[in-house]
Amino acid sequence: MTGFFDFQFYVFALLAIVSALLFVTRKNPVPAALWLVNVMFALAGLYVMLDAPFVGAIQVLVYAGAIMVVFVFVVMLLNLGKNELTDLRSLGAWLGAGLMGIALLANLLVAQRHRLPRIASAPAGTNVVEAVAASLFTDYLVAFELTSIVLLVAVVGAVLLAKKRVQA
Amino acid sequence: MIASLLPILILLPLLGFVVNGTIALTRKGADGEAPSTARHPLVTLVGPGVIIAAFALAAALFMRIRMGLPAPAVVSLGQWMPAGNLVVDWSFQLDQLSMVMVLVITGVGSLIHLFSIGYMRDDAGYARYFAYLNLFVAFMLVLVLGGSYPVMFVGWEGVGLASYLLIGFWFGEKANADAGKKAFVVNRVGDFGFLVAMFLIWTTTQTLDFIGAHAALAGMAGTPVVLAIALFLFVGCAGKSAQLPLYIWLPDAMAGPTPVSALIHAATMVTAGVYLVARAAPVFAGAPEASLVVTSIGALTALFAATIALRQWDIKKVLAYSTVSQLGYMFIGVGAGAYTAGVFHLVTHAFFKALLFLGAGSVIHAMHHAYHHTHRHDDPQDLRNMGGLAKFMPATATAMTLATLAIAGIPPLAGFFSKDEILASVFSRTHGSPLAAASLLGVPGTTVLYAVYGIGMLTALLTAMYMTRMLLLAFYGANRTGEAEREALHEAPAIMTAPVLVLSLLTVAGGWLNLPSLIPIGRTGLLEHWLEPVTGASAKLLAGTTHLDHSTEVVLVAVATGVAVLGIVIALVLFRKPIADKAHSPAEMGLLARAYGVDALVDAIIVRPVQALAAVVLDRGVDRGVDRGFTAGGSLLTRTASLVGARLQDGDVGKYAWLLAAGALALIAAITLS
Amino acid sequence: MITEALIVSAILFVIGVVGVLTRRNAIILFMCAELMLNAVNLSFVAFAKLHNVTGQVFVVMVMTIAAAEAAVGLAIIISIFRHFGTVDLSKLRGLHG
Repeated sequence: MTGFFDFQFYVFALLAIVSALLFVTRKNPVPAALWLVNVMFALAGLYVMLDAPFVGAIQVLVYAGAIMVVFVFVVMLLNLGKNELTDLRSLGAWLGAGLMGIALLANLLVAQRHRLPRIASAPAGTNVVEAVAASLFTDYLVAFELTSIVLLVAVVGAVLLAKKRVQA
Repeated sequence: MIASLLPILILLPLLGFVVNGTIALTRKGADGEAPSTARHPLVTLVGPGVIIAAFALAAALFMRIRMGLPAPAVVSLGQWMPAGNLVVDWSFQLDQLSMVMVLVITGVGSLIHLFSIGYMRDDAGYARYFAYLNLFVAFMLVLVLGGSYPVMFVGWEGVGLASYLLIGFWFGEKANADAGKKAFVVNRVGDFGFLVAMFLIWTTTQTLDFIGAHAALAGMAGTPVVLAIALFLFVGCAGKSAQLPLYIWLPDAMAGPTPVSALIHAATMVTAGVYLVARAAPVFAGAPEASLVVTSIGALTALFAATIALRQWDIKKVLAYSTVSQLGYMFIGVGAGAYTAGVFHLVTHAFFKALLFLGAGSVIHAMHHAYHHTHRHDDPQDLRNMGGLAKFMPATATAMTLATLAIAGIPPLAGFFSKDEILASVFSRTHGSPLAAASLLGVPGTTVLYAVYGIGMLTALLTAMYMTRMLLLAFYGANRTGEAEREALHEAPAIMTAPVLVLSLLTVAGGWLNLPSLIPIGRTGLLEHWLEPVTGASAKLLAGTTHLDHSTEVVLVAVATGVAVLGIVIALVLFRKPIADKAHSPAEMGLLARAYGVDALVDAIIVRPVQALAAVVLDRGVDRGVDRGFTAGGSLLTRTASLVGARLQDGDVGKYAWLLAAGALALIAAITLS
Repeated sequence: MITEALIVSAILFVIGVVGVLTRRNAIILFMCAELMLNAVNLSFVAFAKLHNVTGQVFVVMVMTIAAAEAAVGLAIIISIFRHFGTVDLSKLRGLHG
């Protein structure tokens, strides 16, 4: 059972990483956006496997379903033609970024190792969604209310910013 | 009581400096230049006035000390340098030795100041001249009244400064300014020796005042330290008193006004070295080898300079080399432990050398007027342009003749007694004294002293010769100045001849200061008794068990007189002939006239290499390299930094992202690596 | 499993950084930023499994804010496109000092 579980985990992980790599290297923004969606689906799977079903659901609904859709809308709206798409930087830039990335990765991994005890996964006994709800609406109520205000502000702002100026 | 008057003695000429200096700085002519300072009445009053007042005070102090001075009168004007366990005060002391010096400085100084009123009458720098001259006297008094080595050194350096200012008085001519610089730089070499000696004294005795240090050093007589101290002190003396090899500045110093040459380079500043040896007598007496060095160098210098003087055509150069030679005599004296003899010669030399210089000043003054009258540009100082001046300037001529006889050593004039006493002392110490027992570079002391005596005699001969030559060429024989000029030649004004006459009186009577027991025409040994408390012990130390019996003394005196007369006769014979030598530039001159080419040698060996080195190291290395490197480097640094900084903020968002990532990486790395 | 999750999270994050450094298209840059946020979310969830459920609560917060940010950000990009005619960041240099 654990073997299959782990295998599944690695499948989702690999999917996420490969999709991310493909996302970063696409010239055309539409395929890039779709690959990102794929990443999010893979991550949703990972969330569920990590005993966070609520978060996984939200990931699919909100992130993949709403945010990425907005991205794709905007891409279509701006109608960036093919000639706009040579926006990848030079090979030197890629190499430099690659080095930077490797350095960062190494550091992050080392940082993790120090502080992380290896423990087995906890049994999925308690109802996670209930726990999340309880925490969200009691300990973090203020944060919750504030986020709703942030959303309101964001909506108003977005509308204002993207409005076409009315020519007199 | 005495001690409290000492500061006043120094403050008087200092006051003169301030007053005259202020006048010199503030009074300007109509066109912004300084001509209206000439003949300013306040300067004429204050300049010589303060020196005459100082002389009066000195005379009063002398009378007071005559009544008895058991110990030197010391006064301290406060602390100067308290540094750890070195405490140096502004201390001044008056004892018999410094009293003699003070009287000479203020007395002869007053006469020279009076002479200057006439000599510098038409000079635009009249007030500046008296300011500097007063400053010099002030510093010279500090030198001789100093109670410790550092205070003396203040005076030492101060007179060097005043000498520089006065030699280069007419600094409009580059040659004069160069002469001033040369004097100062060569003096510096000597001062180095003085400083090292001071350091040694401090490390050995932990005290720097005369009374304490000499008491301690006397107890260490014979040790290498005392020898070292004495030798380094003598280096300082060689610089200040123009002995070999540091004499080269004195002939050049004739570029200054003639009264300056009289005061500084004949009577007072150059004698500071002799004073120092006498003052540090316990040190020199405790190091017979050093004393041998002093006396030998004195002898060599005396001979060397006398040979050069024989062939000089400039009247002041003759007198300059003569001064170097006579200073050599003084060092022969104090080097042999005959401190009284050396100081005696110092005093008599002050009289007749000042007289000679002032007389030469009158002559130059007259020649200058004569050439001015006919608008010729010949050299008024060249002996070849003079001749037969006795007809036109009888008073000056008589005085100069007296001085020449004195310096040659004809009895009963002053020079005879002092010179004879020096040579007799040397002769007597050839057997039975610590000097004879010591040896110099392997040569036994006795031989050295005999050689010194011989050289001294030879130099006496030469002295008589070159001085007679000078007298002949200037005052006797046919006049070579020229028909038109002759009518403008006249005696100097009274203000100039009066001091000259006073000095000639002193030249005649000066011998009475220290008559030898051999010739008791008055009270004998006055100066010797006077200086007994200060130098007596040291003199006795170096005299040892010597004794000069009566018959030897008579022989010595007779030989000395004979040599002097011989010199005069030879000169009269040799230099009566008409002059064939028309040389004016060094290339045309013979070896002696060029002073053995020493200046050219020093220029080639020392001056040019130093200049070349400076051009490479200081000019290219420091000035262009370091200085400009710093300034250009600084600006380059700023420019580079600003370029980098500008590129960091050019609006390229991608670059900003890079920087962000780099910063984040650095932070995380800091955490993981810590 | 948690360590593996964290490793994946790190890798995704780094890929996002590389993307930000190399892409010039503003929209794609923005999407790389979203990728980075997602990677961090994964970290949070992993730690939530380790400790208590606060991690998941925080993920909810992050997602909400990410939504708001996406909306506003894309509105800005539309504005820029209307004003400058391009979303190529190397051509947008108005922020220089």
